[in-house]
Amino acid sequence: MNLRLPAGTPGAKIIGLGSFQPENVVTNDDLARRVATDDQWIRDRVGIVERRIAEKDTSLVDMAVEAGSRALKDSGLEPSAVDTVIVATCTMTAPIPNAAAQTADRIGITAPAAFDLNAACAGFCYGLGTAADLVRAGSARNVLVIGAEKLSDWVDWDDRSTCIIFADAAGAAVVTAAQSADEVGVGPVSWGSAGDQATTIRVLEESTNKLWQHGQAVFRWATTQIAPVALDAVARAGLSPADIDVLVPHQANLRIVEAVARRLHKEGAREDLRVADDIVHSGNTSSASIPMALDHMRTAGRIRSGETALLVGFGAGLSYAGQVVRIP
Amino acid sequence: MADTAEILSGLAEIVEEVAGIDTAEVSADKSFVDDLDIDSLSMVEIAVQAEDKFGVKIPDDQLAELKTVGDAVSYIEKNQ
Repeated sequence: MNLRLPAGTPGAKIIGLGSFQPENVVTNDDLARRVATDDQWIRDRVGIVERRIAEKDTSLVDMAVEAGSRALKDSGLEPSAVDTVIVATCTMTAPIPNAAAQTADRIGITAPAAFDLNAACAGFCYGLGTAADLVRAGSARNVLVIGAEKLSDWVDWDDRSTCIIFADAAGAAVVTAAQSADEVGVGPVSWGSAGDQATTIRVLEESTNKLWQHGQAVFRWATTQIAPVALDAVARAGLSPADIDVLVPHQANLRIVEAVARRLHKEGAREDLRVADDIVHSGNTSSASIPMALDHMRTAGRIRSGETALLVGFGAGLSYAGQVVRIP
Repeated sequence: MADTAEILSGLAEIVEEVAGIDTAEVSADKSFVDDLDIDSLSMVEIAVQAEDKFGVKIPDDQLAELKTVGDAVSYIEKNQ
């Protein structure tokens, strides 16, 4: 006897966005009082002017709850309509229990499938790709995907090469079924990993137990290998670079963002392509950076409903993932 | 295969594009960091473009050894 499977749907779309940042602003001058650096040095290397760092008593889950609730409110769905919650994160201080189940509970979502996903800074795009396929397969109806990171727990505040980069935040999206093919708002994911370079971004378990990265190696990888992933995502969606209105790369370093944009321009992206630069005032917030940049750009009127955005995440693993989405 | 002068002028064009430094400033005796004020990330961008242009591999550990423009020119000349 054959096993029965759900009918599935034409595909998925994003119907809500939300984000959360802690109130505490840390400027470059604040960091210069702690490590040997200065405002101009930081702006030149990474393009960051200020970042938000959570208070000690604000947890990763607190931020996930805020961003998730805001995305849900934006979608118009009741918490009871959500049946799956994915939290993309790599910065939980304890691996047990996961963030997703408690986040769902605090938002008022009852008994959803709930799991954490660790693809570091590519986590949101991994989560979005997973959510879209769950919806398409009929395994989930409405999925809340949250990228939440409290990187400040893992930053070595005496290491001037990394403490200037990372910050805390959460960003979220609500994914639901498209009723018809022309309503589909999440394109196929282009994803992969490079485990041979796993040691280039890691927690130094043998010494500080803090985050460390080989800046030059990661920069070389990101500036050469990520634009092809983004272009592959565009091709898989049946589009060309000229169809893209907004480019939202993971906000790792403004110079990486600009390098990816330059490559896209060489491949036919339009002159008026808008490029996310949320890192300038938010820092690198790993899996939170892409949904938060989308949310901030929409609030600022820089992107409009129905526009086509190209997302691409990349980071520790090394991992990468990208897809084309329609702005809700 | 490019000769020394061709490598120097090709490298100078890359340095100009990446770091906005006039090609005339990019002479063999100049230190990338001390004279041309090029940071470690720009060095990576220069290396990536030089790899494409001259068909060489410049790994990060080698890159750290290339202190002057002349060092880079002779490395490329030997390894192209």
